[in-house]
Amino acid sequence: DCFFYTGELLLCEASTVYKYIQEDGSNRGTCGKLVCTNFKIAFLDDDSASDDNEPQFKNKIVGENDITLQCVDQIYGVYDEKKKLLTGQLRKYPEKLIIYCKDLRVFNFCLRYTKEEEVKRIVSGIVHHSQTPKLLKRLFLFSYASAAPNNTDGRNQTVMFDTLEDWRDELERTKGNVKYKAVTTNEGYRVSEKLPLYFVVPICVSEESILKYQGRGIPIWCWSCHNGAALLKMSAFPKEQDDSTSQMQKAFLDGIYKTISKPPYELLKMDDLSSSLPSLQDIQTAYTRFKQLFLIDNSTDFWATDVKWFSLLESTNWLEIIRRVLKKAIEVAECLERQHTNVLLIEESATDLCCVISSLVQVMMDSYSRTKSGFQSLIQKEWVIGGHGFLDRCNHLHKSDKEEAPVFLLLLNCVWQLVQQYPPAFEFTETYLTVLSDSLYVPIFSTFFFNSQHQKDTNTVRVCCFVDAVGPFRFLTVWDWSVQFDPKAQAFLNNPLYAEKPKPDKSQRKTARFKHQRQLSLPLTPTKSSTKRGFFREETDHLIKNILGRRIGKFINSSDEPSNSFREFYDSWHSKPVDYHGLLLPHIDGPEIKVWAQRYLRWIPEAQLHGGGTIAMAAKILDLMEEVQSLQVKMDEEHSQAISGDVHSVPLLRNSARLSSLFPFALLQRQSIKPALPTSTWKDLEDEDDLVKRDDEFVDLSGGMS
Amino acid sequence: MEEAPLFPGESIKVIAKDVMYICPFMGAVSGTLTVTDFRMYIKSVERDPPFVIDVPLGVISRVEKIGVQSHGDNSCGIEIVCKVWHKESACKCAGFLSDQFPPLFAFSYKEKFAVNGWKVYDPMAEYKRQGLPNESWKISKINSTYELCDTYPAILVVPTSVKDDDLSKVAAFRAKGRVPVLSWIHPESQATITRCSQPSVGPNDKRCKEDEKYLQTIMDANAQSHKLIIFDARQNSVADTNKVGGGYESESAYPNAELVFLEIHNIHVMRESLRKLKEIVYPTIDETRWLSNVDSTHWLEYIRMLLAGAVRIADKIESGKTSVVVHCSDGWDRTAQLTALAMLMLDSYYRTIKGFEVLIEKEWISFGHRFAMRVGHGDDDHADADRSPIFLQFIDCVWQMTKQFPAAFEFNELFLITILDHLYSCLFGTFLCNCEKERLKEVSTKTISLWSYINSQLDEFTNPFYVNYENHVLYPVASLNHLELWVNYYVRWNPRMRPQVPIHQNLKELLAIRTELQKKVEDLQREAATRSISSSSDRGSSPSHSATPVHTSV
Repeated sequence: DCFFYTGELLLCEASTVYKYIQEDGSNRGTCGKLVCTNFKIAFLDDDSASDDNEPQFKNKIVGENDITLQCVDQIYGVYDEKKKLLTGQLRKYPEKLIIYCKDLRVFNFCLRYTKEEEVKRIVSGIVHHSQTPKLLKRLFLFSYASAAPNNTDGRNQTVMFDTLEDWRDELERTKGNVKYKAVTTNEGYRVSEKLPLYFVVPICVSEESILKYQGRGIPIWCWSCHNGAALLKMSAFPKEQDDSTSQMQKAFLDGIYKTISKPPYELLKMDDLSSSLPSLQDIQTAYTRFKQLFLIDNSTDFWATDVKWFSLLESTNWLEIIRRVLKKAIEVAECLERQHTNVLLIEESATDLCCVISSLVQVMMDSYSRTKSGFQSLIQKEWVIGGHGFLDRCNHLHKSDKEEAPVFLLLLNCVWQLVQQYPPAFEFTETYLTVLSDSLYVPIFSTFFFNSQHQKDTNTVRVCCFVDAVGPFRFLTVWDWSVQFDPKAQAFLNNPLYAEKPKPDKSQRKTARFKHQRQLSLPLTPTKSSTKRGFFREETDHLIKNILGRRIGKFINSSDEPSNSFREFYDSWHSKPVDYHGLLLPHIDGPEIKVWAQRYLRWIPEAQLHGGGTIAMAAKILDLMEEVQSLQVKMDEEHSQAISGDVHSVPLLRNSARLSSLFPFALLQRQSIKPALPTSTWKDLEDEDDLVKRDDEFVDLSGGMS
Repeated sequence: MEEAPLFPGESIKVIAKDVMYICPFMGAVSGTLTVTDFRMYIKSVERDPPFVIDVPLGVISRVEKIGVQSHGDNSCGIEIVCKVWHKESACKCAGFLSDQFPPLFAFSYKEKFAVNGWKVYDPMAEYKRQGLPNESWKISKINSTYELCDTYPAILVVPTSVKDDDLSKVAAFRAKGRVPVLSWIHPESQATITRCSQPSVGPNDKRCKEDEKYLQTIMDANAQSHKLIIFDARQNSVADTNKVGGGYESESAYPNAELVFLEIHNIHVMRESLRKLKEIVYPTIDETRWLSNVDSTHWLEYIRMLLAGAVRIADKIESGKTSVVVHCSDGWDRTAQLTALAMLMLDSYYRTIKGFEVLIEKEWISFGHRFAMRVGHGDDDHADADRSPIFLQFIDCVWQMTKQFPAAFEFNELFLITILDHLYSCLFGTFLCNCEKERLKEVSTKTISLWSYINSQLDEFTNPFYVNYENHVLYPVASLNHLELWVNYYVRWNPRMRPQVPIHQNLKELLAIRTELQKKVEDLQREAATRSISSSSDRGSSPSHSATPVHTSV
């Protein structure tokens, strides 16, 4: 069957199932078969008359109607119009099934016309395979890898950090090799199963100290800044009841701090992330509330949410968490860049918020991390090899809800803020980040399906029972994008406006002037108004207080934040023109932190803009690039005086007027192009207000009504 | 060195040295204050680059003396509050600031521009573009002396069959004589948008035969539909409350008409909303409560209501093929917002720079949106209840549309900001006066049009992403998750709120590369052609691309 992948097994199925979507207030259904395999839940359209217009952007692994088992978030059954969460054993079988996905799709299946036997089988099958605890070896990647043993590793240009060489190269690239060394102490996982096979520590740290507490209390190198200051992370000691043990640990730490605080090492600044950032629990709670805003059942739901949108959004706290994380990353960057101090991030395991902050700092400070391969290498370094517990944090095996926390998604959300604030600084697009977030739930790749390098290594060894199946499993890596997308679709992952090499010619790099910035757009007015910052507040404070009184004073004292060196750093950076290849600081003021619309709104038909969205601009740019290319070709041809005929015209595939903002995701989600009209209105809180009742032209009501 | 640059025709009134300006973001700066007949200008050379404040007097809403605890003899403070964006300041004046601002510098402004913006809008040409007159609609000169309605333009489009006598009776029935007239006609279905003011129904449900017949004629002019939708922009309850001087069409008197209330609040609510908006963005932004603060101003809710109303109008015309009548109370505020927005959605012409200028000239300026009154040009009553940011709200809606459809508009954000800047600046004559009749006297002869300035440097105002969506109706999504606060306008004075470097820069470079390449290819082809002529083998390939590269059509 061409529908299944190698290693995929059909577990159960049901026919005469209707998948329906709401459109213009009524339900539109398609009849088909609902199946559940060891890889996914899929809906197979009965009249699968192959679509004429093959979408330009198609995932080869997960189709429009496919839900991988790990992508299922929650399943609800509808009994007599009442929604009920389905988990574990079922006594009664629902007439409707609603599946909420982790990539925010919502599927509605009607089982009313399905045979009772089949309903039982499919519902309990789906619930069992997607919602109940699972063994690691039951993940599809093992079936896939054993059935398709000839997978290439697809290393491309991403540095995997699974060899000593990779770490040495990274040290060399960042010029960290003077003060830091890659160690082999953990070969055979002698030190810890949580640490990678190879990692980097300060040269002065001995092998014994690494071994002493399974790597705890050891500063592990993440990255070195151009000025030599380094970003380090450390896994802290758990709170110890026993006094003598904790005394010993303290002494050990003091020793470590001492060795790495004296020259040639820079001053050390420690940051305990568990106290300076929201807890994983907070993050999980915020995200759970946040995503709920986008898991929309129907149009009525959508408009009901819309009325209270901003307040609902704020109450989730998700954007606030993003802001705090970005702010923390700026603080760290300030220490490294301006104060030339080493920064040591501390967290209990050093594999959650440490990964977020260290990755963000590198994205902000190292332009290599803003290229596609650089970003992928960074994810390998800090997350995959760094030992982030993807399996537990994503709860892929449904082992424990307590461990679940969207830490990696938090990073992607933060990076997205940077991408949308400074598009030319990134080689990849927001679409890249969106498909990367989707890949978290595609169990074909090993990348996001292990807790640590150790876990992957030990499970790669095959329990060999067949003669021909020798050697370890060979898993696919997500970085081989050709597995999911053909080259045409991959084009959407690359930013056509990436500001590639900085031009050496200084005269060309005039800063763009923005007339409207803080100036009225007056004709012929000179446009230099940018204000240099400086404070002569002290001399004027007296004047302000005494002469002008409180009225003005409140404006002056309004920015009395304690972390002034941070503010100064932030403000002074923002007052200069942006160098896309240098340090990049995100704007974190209120209006600048936004919702990642592509990821969160893409499946909501009501939110679709026909002919709009950022894709309209992208299409224009791609067309232009092709035109430039064809002109280039044409010119070369003219140069070589080829006698060939007319230059083939560029096929204009993209018609931005006909694409929708959901592109490249839901191409035909909504068939009609009727406008989505709000069905909700605000409850009038102001009805009592005299202003509201007035006519435009002011008439005194008391007089006029007599 | 510290003197203000002057426009041709501008003259200095006062210069005061050693004035201290207190900036909410940077502390105090001392420099020289210049007041001319156009602007207030403060320059301080203490800083590098020099610190400059340059405010047209028209922008200033009020000037207040601030309580000064005696501290020296000649120190006093003033606070200046501006109309929309907010540059409140205080000066320690060693001099004197005139409190009698000479209004309307536009009449003294003597700049020369290559283009005459007063020629942008020619009503006859615009109606001709729409295919008018036709068999159902005529161009009427009945208002040529502004007798029928003094706030309407001289040229009106009305149904062919309507007699002037009847029209006068309709005018008597409609508030301020603003009879239903055509704003836009669909090129295929002939469905029309007509605008007017409320009928004077009154509490006793007065009727007017001619008015009823007139609306029936409007409906009949469109053969595609046997219905007429009347959109009353107001809240149903408020329209009821204020029935004394007006009212709305009852379905018994107008049997084929369907009345829909769009439930949009009045001008006072909008003024209040903008005031609240000011408070949350100036002088500081509360980061953590930003969203709920935005929510509490209701500003975006009102934007959403307007867009939703305009979408409903456009949808009735486009998919319902049904003619619509739009009114509010007097038909010069909410009505103008709605008809102009619906036209922008329906007709791609209005999405070009010239077309948008025509739209403003037509739906706003010629149809008597009371700019002078709503903005308060040359008027010192800052608490005037007639002031309201109605036009600003419209431009905000347009900006929201450009955000949702970044490639569908020929103009860029700067274009919209420039329009708003000069709504208040009084540098140009475009937004002076309240109606065409008032304007006729001297505005176009003695002042310069804003479009003269804009159209003489179109490059600055052009959106490089523009793709002509010809015949494509745009429906913005009137949902709050697609609306955002226009930070580059409302918060632009906050130094922390630097507009992000637009990606335009790279695109502009790309466009330049293309132009360059096109030129080279053409040169080479020409060279090859001459060569091939000499070798007598003719290859007739001509350059296939036009010389102006900015607009590629789909």
